Amino acid sequence: MKYVSEFRDPALAQSLARAIAREADPARSYAFMEFCGGHTHAIFRYGVQDLVPANVRFIHGPGCPVCVLPMRRLDDALELAEAQGVILASYADMLRVPGSGRRSMLTARAGGADIRMVYSTLDALQIARDNPTREVVFMGIGFETTTPASAMAILAAQREGLANFSLFCNHVLTPPAIAHVLSAPGIDPAQAVHLDGFLGPSHVSTVIGAAAYRPLVELYAKPVVIAGFEPLDVLQSVLMLIRQVNEGRAEVENQYARVVTEQGNTKAQAMMDQVFTLRDSFEWRGLGAVPHSARAIRPAYAAFDAEARFALTPKQSRETKSCECPAILRGVKQPKDCKLFGKACTPETPMGACMVSSEGSCAAYYTYRRAETMAAMEAAA
Amino acid sequence: MTLLKPGATIEMAHGGGGMATTRLIREIFAPHFANPLLAQAHDATRIDAPSGRLVMTTDAHVISPLEFPGGDIGSLSVHGTINDIAMGGARPIALSAAFILEEGLPLAVLNRIAASMGAAARHAGVPIATADTKVVERGHGDGIYITTTGLGIVPEGVHIAPTNIAPDMAILVSGTLGDHGVAILSQRQGLHFGTTITSDSAALHHMVADMVAAVPSIACLRDPTRGGLSATLNELAEAASVQMLLQESALPIRPEVAGACELLGLDPLHIANEGKLICICPPEHAQTLLTIMRRHPEGQNAAQIGTTGPRAAPGTPGLLRMTTLIGGTRVVDWLAGEQLPRIC
Amino acid sequence: MCLAIPALILKLFPDGMATVSAGGVTRSVSVALVDDVAVGDYVLLHVGYALHKVSVEEAEATLAMMAEAGLLDEELAP
Repeated sequence: MKYVSEFRDPALAQSLARAIAREADPARSYAFMEFCGGHTHAIFRYGVQDLVPANVRFIHGPGCPVCVLPMRRLDDALELAEAQGVILASYADMLRVPGSGRRSMLTARAGGADIRMVYSTLDALQIARDNPTREVVFMGIGFETTTPASAMAILAAQREGLANFSLFCNHVLTPPAIAHVLSAPGIDPAQAVHLDGFLGPSHVSTVIGAAAYRPLVELYAKPVVIAGFEPLDVLQSVLMLIRQVNEGRAEVENQYARVVTEQGNTKAQAMMDQVFTLRDSFEWRGLGAVPHSARAIRPAYAAFDAEARFALTPKQSRETKSCECPAILRGVKQPKDCKLFGKACTPETPMGACMVSSEGSCAAYYTYRRAETMAAMEAAA
Repeated sequence: MTLLKPGATIEMAHGGGGMATTRLIREIFAPHFANPLLAQAHDATRIDAPSGRLVMTTDAHVISPLEFPGGDIGSLSVHGTINDIAMGGARPIALSAAFILEEGLPLAVLNRIAASMGAAARHAGVPIATADTKVVERGHGDGIYITTTGLGIVPEGVHIAPTNIAPDMAILVSGTLGDHGVAILSQRQGLHFGTTITSDSAALHHMVADMVAAVPSIACLRDPTRGGLSATLNELAEAASVQMLLQESALPIRPEVAGACELLGLDPLHIANEGKLICICPPEHAQTLLTIMRRHPEGQNAAQIGTTGPRAAPGTPGLLRMTTLIGGTRVVDWLAGEQLPRIC
Repeated sequence: MCLAIPALILKLFPDGMATVSAGGVTRSVSVALVDDVAVGDYVLLHVGYALHKVSVEEAEATLAMMAEAGLLDEELAP
């Protein structure tokens, strides 16, 4: 596939690996956080860790919108489907996430709720057109890559006068989350994770642009390399990060220049600003309350805001005791540090979101590194 | 007057055992399935089987959609059962088919499925020797459920089983991976993508007969259906307590299947195939078997995809590994539940 | 997060929709968020929306840089 296969070339991978081995200083170690869950997935899926020396480590970050969605927001969505009888349309990623009482969209569907998996908000709009007498709510999750699709959907619904369509908005922002991870040592030293730099998210950056990371870099003096999605992109970005660290630089560099520009997609940004405003605070599963980190729908579009259209009973999220997702999402702990990993908590019986999302750390470790992780847990016991 | 009037559907009476049932059998099933065994028209069909070790297999088919590019539940059930027989190195001799029809199923759909089943059985040279049909109330079935059972005879000297799998054997696959699953997905509500990919549903027994005749020392054969290549190889690796290593660059995958997987975030290793087999054999015979497979239409893209490794203690996780496109290694583990598309 | 792939524009429609192909699989998508795209261009596709045009020049430059990393290695090899 064009612009995909070339960036998986084995010969280039080996040459990048050799360059990394040559330039990584054996006298120190490097810890780079890949913010984006998709990068976590790619790193495991291609075995990128095998091509970098042992003193270069990947710390997995909280860039997994499924993982960070507070449980009570999922319970709200289930209430819409079950108690209010709406057609709930959702990206497939959400279907197996456990809410309170370990109930998920799939269990609700088995119980008769009308929950439909869609690939795009375009499909959700079509469901609304095809079912004019039913309310259709689209579960909006995702970072800035996915938010424009929800903005477009609301604008389309408004244009068409599609009165039975609304969005349940759980869209979140990347720079505040990165800032939160970086400022955590200041808030609570126990939350400290030592990082030498970031692999910046690929497709969020396509929308928000490289410029969005400059304030972060200035404030926290950690290098950021915006990394493409393919394994060669990750390897080249690691090389660029190693060079920054070795040279004592802390800059924003853009490895993914084929689709990331300094300003990003200004049209998409304008559309998001038109439809959405910022919530003062939003509770992120694992990170706690993060200010100005999530979107809310503007009053002008209240007709398309599920939270305005439907009365939802107030809920409290109660996490499973012993679930270490909060610490794992911040990179402070690893899956092997969670008592539940591989025993009570598996992809088939997930206790927390890190396990259920295919790019949550725990799911990635379970799928690709189960044997080693369980062995490490035995050894530590 | 024919049953197949426009708009005609299955009614409860069709399962009642009376005139309506007889008409259904006479006008829809019998013409499509016709063969001397079925023509005996007894409750139990007498089969004059050659002597030898008998094998039997059964499968229930509950697929949705009922019809898809490259096949339907009918042809799928025939091919699936024939293949299960063939994977033991046996020659299929007869099939049975039991239908559970949902009240309201259009007769035109049933007719198409029966025609397709009959054609599949004839093409494969394996008769449907006996059949049964029942009807359930509307809402109690997905249109049609089919259960097929097959009988086969294992030729003298053929012992094909997972316990034969040993270290340093070749792992071969008979063709491209993921075609069936992607063909099904393309019909699924909410996904809407256009593709020319059709299901690979096919009967493999003729190809298997040629393979076994040429190389009686084949260790094991298995068809990677539900759960894909990953489920099948993990099963075999566990059964044989042996490690396996695949080469990602050697996996035959059609560009469109790869494209659909990229689009939806799916891993082709976990996608169902309905007309493919995995063959594990002594390495010196790999080339011979590949040549034989490639002579058959179902085996055109046959390739060696890996090798078996050292023995492992029973119960060791992570037996199946793969060298990735970039030269790293990953574990190819069982998937929990059905693979879902993702946006993340 | 954010699975997105490069897709080839096959056909453009006046209402901001397009038909694209990803490895031969086609899909109707929105190109309303990208300007100046033409049939034959590649766009980055995420959940049914094109988010950015893929720059051919930058893609080639990136690959060239990757290849260079290896060249340097050969120069330094004993």
